Amino acid sequence: MRRTWAKASLLALLALGGSAFAQVIRVGVVGPMAFVQGEHTWYGATLAAEEINREGGVVVGGRPFRIELVRVDTNEITSVTDAATAVERAITAQRVDFLIGGFRSEAVLAMSEVAADYKKPFIITGAALDGILAGRVDRNYERFKYLFRVSPNKSSDLARTSLLLLGEVVQAVRQQLNLSRPKVAILAERAAWADPLVETASRLIAAPPPQGYGAEVVGVWRPSATATDVTPELTAIQRAQAQVIYTVLSGPVGVPFGRDWGRLKIPAAPVGINVEAQQETWLQATDGLGVYVATLNTLAPGVAITPKTLPFISNFQSRFKRFPIYTASGAYVALHILKEAILRAGSLEADAVVKALEATDYVGPSGRIVFDKVHDVTWGPGYTTGLGVQWVGSRMQAFWPRAWRVGDRVVGYAGVRPYQLPPWVVEAWRR
Amino acid sequence: MLAAILVNGLVLSGIYGMLALGFALTYGVARILNLAHTAFYMAASYFLFFLLGYTGFLPAALLAALLVLGLALLAYRFLLEPLREHEATVLIVTIAIALLFQEVLLLLFGGHFRSVPALLPGFVELLGVRVAQQALLALAFAALVLLLAWAFLKGSRIGLAIRAAAQDMEAAELVGVSLSRAGYWAVGLGALLAALAGLAVAPMATLEPHMWTAPLLVVLAAVVLGGLGSLPGALLGAVILAFAEVVVVNLVPGGAFLRTAVALSVLVLVLVLKPEGLFGTSFAEER
Repeated sequence: MRRTWAKASLLALLALGGSAFAQVIRVGVVGPMAFVQGEHTWYGATLAAEEINREGGVVVGGRPFRIELVRVDTNEITSVTDAATAVERAITAQRVDFLIGGFRSEAVLAMSEVAADYKKPFIITGAALDGILAGRVDRNYERFKYLFRVSPNKSSDLARTSLLLLGEVVQAVRQQLNLSRPKVAILAERAAWADPLVETASRLIAAPPPQGYGAEVVGVWRPSATATDVTPELTAIQRAQAQVIYTVLSGPVGVPFGRDWGRLKIPAAPVGINVEAQQETWLQATDGLGVYVATLNTLAPGVAITPKTLPFISNFQSRFKRFPIYTASGAYVALHILKEAILRAGSLEADAVVKALEATDYVGPSGRIVFDKVHDVTWGPGYTTGLGVQWVGSRMQAFWPRAWRVGDRVVGYAGVRPYQLPPWVVEAWRR
Repeated sequence: MLAAILVNGLVLSGIYGMLALGFALTYGVARILNLAHTAFYMAASYFLFFLLGYTGFLPAALLAALLVLGLALLAYRFLLEPLREHEATVLIVTIAIALLFQEVLLLLFGGHFRSVPALLPGFVELLGVRVAQQALLALAFAALVLLLAWAFLKGSRIGLAIRAAAQDMEAAELVGVSLSRAGYWAVGLGALLAALAGLAVAPMATLEPHMWTAPLLVVLAAVVLGGLGSLPGALLGAVILAFAEVVVVNLVPGGAFLRTAVALSVLVLVLVLKPEGLFGTSFAEER
């Protein structure tokens, strides 16, 4: 009997000594875990949770809480219904206190309805549609106040940045190829989010400077977001004698585009949005043919957007052996923001945490995070802007912002290099 | 523009043609509407991608084709042959096989986009149109495979048995043709054609676990357009659909996403005017 008591006491002591945490905060990390977007959401959250727990967790009311992550595979790329069900199960069965993540806008709309119904704060890290927050948080605050977004910038801001990148490339064509009125082809996937972008780009490209780019639109091509072959489109673009291709591609079509463009050496420089080209696997996916493709991105190797950028990239790479995509930095920053908000609120109660989240002013790896009135991340110099990146040789390098003039300010980050026109474009058009 | 339509249409025709012939063969002889046909094509591409990590292109391609053949014969032996008389059940089983392939690949390789290096990099200009050398190689390969398949069906005893079974099962059985054996040959040949199409397309395609769905739609349309069960019909259907797609992209660039929809509209139009398809028997009279 005495031996049994001794054993039990020893086990109790070991249990207490093994962990300094009395309780846990359960955070559901939601995303399509079989896909790179979900995988990186999980990695980003894991890195942040390890840092927070190592530093003593989150102290609420004098008691330390450990962050415990719950992996919520939403399968949202193939099924919106699965996504909503997964979030509901995470809340009701796995008892999560907070949610971070989400990737596909349609799925996030459904998942965020569930989160709002259960009054669970949900920090979105992957979906760009403006309407996830605008028109919901402002019009029905009491129901949707639990939703926030840290990344990416909303679609209309992404559009703004991608058009700035286009301006940079049009300028390079004008100066380096001595063409006074460069020709631009627009290649935009057939999706609702791309429509306003095509319209704005068409207007802006053709308008005379300084409002527009003083260039010519030679045509608009709208392939399906899942097209596996864009050779006919590229042949037609070549025939239209374009020197620049403005891409608006978020779906898998980005890969065949890069591969066919490189293989056929189409003499037009691609720039804009190509989500597939944001990933470090781009060259593998395009069989090495996607070199010189330029796209909007969040992070780039060696570019210090804030003092936290390079340490984050380095820690992430040594822990997971890969370069983080935007869902990784988003989930990482979301968890840190959540921790700070809980500390400020001094409570785990959802409404108190929401109030504290609204007061967020946090410098993360991709910029300074301040929420606007609809709980969206603020875009612009001094906040988050994104980067323009281009594949040169075997690596991704940033070319924007380098000397971006905003009023009296000139915005640029260390490590950003000039844009390079593909050599076969130069060869085809130099006069 | 005419040159672009001609060249791109021809290349696309070769790829669709290979897939459609294999599908038509399986249906024509074994009477199996094999919705897993393009899943075999996907499996061959993935096997090639995986094996290229260990060996050269030719052995990897050969092994990939054999593995797909083995998988198809096993599926036929244990899942499809016992149910052959129940057409609706066979349809469901084949779609289940395709989904199983998809989920297994998702589990093993994740949802990442993969690619296989081109055997022939670069491009050539034909009639002023840039064409990838790999695409021309695929076209030549498709032509060779189709010719060999044709020669096999026309010139060998097994080919004769297969064609006899396709024409009239009972009569063929009366003259000593083993329907079971002919079925195995047809399924094997069909799967092999799908695998060869997968191998030809892999260096130009993006490998991902849902890549079987888009070509399945085109193949089904091509085979129905040509006339179910007709081998020349399947090929002609593939050529018509390929050219319809390329014409849409060139003439209506803003509606390029409609390329498959327009191709399918051509199918509907032909079926309304000629319900049996271009070379086949009508649905009502089938079997």
